[in-house]
Amino acid sequence: MNTLTIFRRELKSYFAQPTAYAIIVIFLILSLGLTFTFGEFMRIGDASLEYSFFFWHPWLYMLLAPAIAMRLWVDEQRNGTIELLGTFPVSTWSAIAGKFLAAATVSLVALLLTFPIVITVNYLGSPDNGAIISSYIGSFLVCCTFIGMTMLVSAFTRDQVVCLIVAVTLCTLMVLGGYEPVTRELAKATSPATVEAVTAFGIWDHFASLNRGLFRLQDFVWFASFITLCLVGTSTILSAKRA
Amino acid sequence: MIEVVNISKHFGTKLAVDQLSFTVRKGEVLGFLGPNGAGKSTTMRMVTGFIPPSSGEARICGISITENPYEAKTKIGYLPESAPLYNDMTVMGFLKFCADVRKLSGSAKNDAVEKAIETCFLTSVAHQSIDTLSKGYRHRTCLAQALLHDPEVLILDEPTDGLDPNQKYEVRQLIKRLGKDKAILFSTHILEEVEASCTRAVIVDRGKIVADGTPAELIAKAPNGSLTELFRKVTTTDTAA
Repeated sequence: MNTLTIFRRELKSYFAQPTAYAIIVIFLILSLGLTFTFGEFMRIGDASLEYSFFFWHPWLYMLLAPAIAMRLWVDEQRNGTIELLGTFPVSTWSAIAGKFLAAATVSLVALLLTFPIVITVNYLGSPDNGAIISSYIGSFLVCCTFIGMTMLVSAFTRDQVVCLIVAVTLCTLMVLGGYEPVTRELAKATSPATVEAVTAFGIWDHFASLNRGLFRLQDFVWFASFITLCLVGTSTILSAKRA
Repeated sequence: MIEVVNISKHFGTKLAVDQLSFTVRKGEVLGFLGPNGAGKSTTMRMVTGFIPPSSGEARICGISITENPYEAKTKIGYLPESAPLYNDMTVMGFLKFCADVRKLSGSAKNDAVEKAIETCFLTSVAHQSIDTLSKGYRHRTCLAQALLHDPEVLILDEPTDGLDPNQKYEVRQLIKRLGKDKAILFSTHILEEVEASCTRAVIVDRGKIVADGTPAELIAKAPNGSLTELFRKVTTTDTAA
């Protein structure tokens, strides 16, 4: 399977350079640091991770997911290796899938390494572990969505900085879009239809329900279709660029 | 073998390749000559399936590169012009990755990698990271990648570019040797190379073939018996264009 070959190469490449380590360490420091400071995990005394820990994830991903995924097609285009890849017996789809999975794996490693907080909260109280698992799934899906988005942006450009700035901006809009204080202000200024459109583009609506331990089909459909759309878009851009 | 039939490529309004047709049979080494911007690289990119032609068709061993790209690509070894490589890998790691892509495994994979390393004189840098290699080594690593799966068709875009005279000589000898049982298409600016290793040569100018023949035939056509004079006569300089 060529998807697997590409996946292995990309994953090795992440861990052969400092990229993956840096991102994982930064994610761990910030996610756990925020939990104990602004998240007020100890003071509130609630055996739940929803607001103290998972709340911060989309804010971290909007900066870190683009940092993980920006090199995926930018480097290929800048180094010209896309010409090798394009003449190997590898379909564009296998390459896209392999690269996406490699970036998703890096973020999954970072996410799983936050396990001490789960042990801590279980030691201190008796949390709803089902809700914690569904929150982890939700958090991972948000990260995958941002990785998909960044991958799409990276297909457009051969410049890392441009890719990073554009992708961070788009991801920030997706985080702010459905964030309640923002929608509240927006509701005062615009029509309900606009608010609904902005909220639909945002991730909070879908992340929040998983965060509460709710498995709603519509959320999975939203995440899956958004990611698929990004990957199909990437394929279209890459083909259009060669024509 | 390579069959190219009336292949054309437009980039916007610019016509880069204009109804080009040629055939390279097994055992033939075709030299592809022409000034910068004549459409050599574009043609090669179309033949290897990297970019789709605007019209016309290329067939590799009878398989259309546009209709059945996957099959056709397994028959081709390709050295792109800039010899692109994954800088974060070692030479060995890169070649093993290429072997995986080519569906080689087990001892076949190890043998292929060993052989490619030997053929391209890479033994001394096999475990070195690619971003620390000099230009000549980079070029040969990319060439090793093209030879790895012992393809029936070799397409080499300026294979001797950036090599020192000794390496140039080695690569020419290699092309000549491999050309005995493969179909090879290679582009070059260096006219002596054509005499040294080609069985046939075409000169391309502004997307069209302007001269075609064995090196001896081309020299016979030349005003004073030199390929350089013929080249200058049939092609346009960019200052004139």
